[in-house]
Amino acid sequence: MSTLVIDKAGPTRKLGSMSRDRAWALRWSYFFLVLFAIFFLTPPLYMIITSLKSSAEISAATNPWWVFHPTLSNYVELLTSNQFLRFFWNSAIISIVVVIVTMLISIPAAFALARMKFWGSATLATGVFLTYLIPDSLLFIPLFKMLAVIQDLTGITLLNRWYVLVFIYPTLTVPFCTWIMIGYFASIPKELDEAAIIDGASWLQTLLRIFIPVALPGLIAATIFAFTVSWAQFLYPLVFTTSVDQLVLPVGITTTLIKGDVFNWGQIMTGALLGAAPPLIIYAFLMDYYIAGLTAGATKG
Amino acid sequence: MADVVIEQGGVARTARPRKARSLRNMLGRKSTVAFFLTLPLILLIGLLVLYPAFYSLYLATLNKAMTKFVGLGNFTFLFKRETFWMVVKQSCIFAITAVIFKALIGFIVAHFVHNIPGKKQRKWRGMLLVPWVIPPAMSTLAWLWLFDPSYSAFNYTLSFFGVGPIPWLGETFWARFSVILVNVWYGAPFFLIMYLAALKSVPDQLYEAASIDGANWWQKMWYVTLPMMRNIIAITTLFSLIVTFANFDIVRILTSGGPLDTTHLFATWAFQVGIQSSDIPLGACVSLFMVPILAVAAIFILRDVNKRGNEA
Repeated sequence: MSTLVIDKAGPTRKLGSMSRDRAWALRWSYFFLVLFAIFFLTPPLYMIITSLKSSAEISAATNPWWVFHPTLSNYVELLTSNQFLRFFWNSAIISIVVVIVTMLISIPAAFALARMKFWGSATLATGVFLTYLIPDSLLFIPLFKMLAVIQDLTGITLLNRWYVLVFIYPTLTVPFCTWIMIGYFASIPKELDEAAIIDGASWLQTLLRIFIPVALPGLIAATIFAFTVSWAQFLYPLVFTTSVDQLVLPVGITTTLIKGDVFNWGQIMTGALLGAAPPLIIYAFLMDYYIAGLTAGATKG
Repeated sequence: MADVVIEQGGVARTARPRKARSLRNMLGRKSTVAFFLTLPLILLIGLLVLYPAFYSLYLATLNKAMTKFVGLGNFTFLFKRETFWMVVKQSCIFAITAVIFKALIGFIVAHFVHNIPGKKQRKWRGMLLVPWVIPPAMSTLAWLWLFDPSYSAFNYTLSFFGVGPIPWLGETFWARFSVILVNVWYGAPFFLIMYLAALKSVPDQLYEAASIDGANWWQKMWYVTLPMMRNIIAITTLFSLIVTFANFDIVRILTSGGPLDTTHLFATWAFQVGIQSSDIPLGACVSLFMVPILAVAAIFILRDVNKRGNEA
């Protein structure tokens, strides 16, 4: 609101007051940005604060916003617990495999949809986009029943096994990745691949030598998306896996660290922080790709 | 390589059929290649998205033991239950309120970020996007701890102002407020990023022209910024509406639907009915009620996306 008043007067005044107005607008912007940053960063900071406290300090109900006796015991305890490492390992292996599967499915498909006009290609592209809009909460019940039926028919254990998630997660990642890859591939000038074809390159060579290198930023954005989505997925593993050794990190932390009604908050916060670390680290280093992927989804195509 | 070989083979034969056949071969081969390239995608969508979607329609018509066809029995049963109507109401309140606040906060913060000098924007943007990056299940745990009935850090802070203690998750109003607050916290950065990208795409000349014409701040906003951002605002809002309406993680972890089922959304209630009480048909039935609103939003999004495609 304050910038409103200040900017409004801007054009009618002299130059000196205009720059003074701008300085004020800037100050107000910073003021509100700080407020919003506090709102946005309170939960993660509180996670860090709590993770450094011992159970005794937490239950002593001292000032919750300050650590009086910092300790790393929560971290040591979790990082030496086989159960927690198992969750971490499950999450990591699932996410990595899902990223690879997603790329193997969506890159060729995006290439075909962006460059080879074939019967039904436009419909398929629209269909891919529509699939992206179908949420997980609509499909978990039929998928659960499907897995149970297949398990009964074939005798292969599917429920309560982490590897089944590797087949299910691509339904969440592939549509979006295909969609943004179509956008990136379509923006590559046609002359480039025509030249390659004239030089005698096959479709595969065109894809590997021209499209993938040129669209690499898009590829990285899609990879990051696929990884963060599979790392953060909560509903499917909650429904499909129950044994402690099959759980992924988000489900493991929410179900096993809460023992009965006893909340060991120090450990829960440490676990949550460690669970949030991989996406945060990727984000810290590849922020621009992350944001490109985020905005490309809705602005491209 | 393959192209060359085929054409060499064709040269030996008569001229006209060769041309026609190699052309047909080419087309045939190109669409065959395309078919094989898209086959995994088609299989994935067909088997793990479309099939389950229709399968849940079938499931919804069975009785609890899944032995008998009951037609619309599950639906009429739901219509008679008070909890169902509460879930419908709460889902709409939750989705609409959360999306409005996410959009507003995103819009306002995007302007503040846009206001400050370019070099510092990166840092601020990076900081403000953190809620979106943390897996929602993890950050909701932090909120759960902040809302803790006996050790709530919020209540501790508020007690200095003589307010509280507030039963964040214990009373219907506050529980609804809390789940919406957490959802806004999680989703607002997405709007911020989208709106910031939209703001940056508005050419400066338009603002200069408006200033010369004597437009004030409000007129610039109404006649320049908003029309230029209209498309992104529409798409982002519809996207978010779908995601928010189908939300599961936040409500599941924060309240599990409590107190007295008053914070249940379609997704969490379907989970409770379908998986925890193992009444799969009824659960499928509940989640199917999300389809109408998702379909409407999807149609609008698709129209917008196609329109943009045609303009380009």
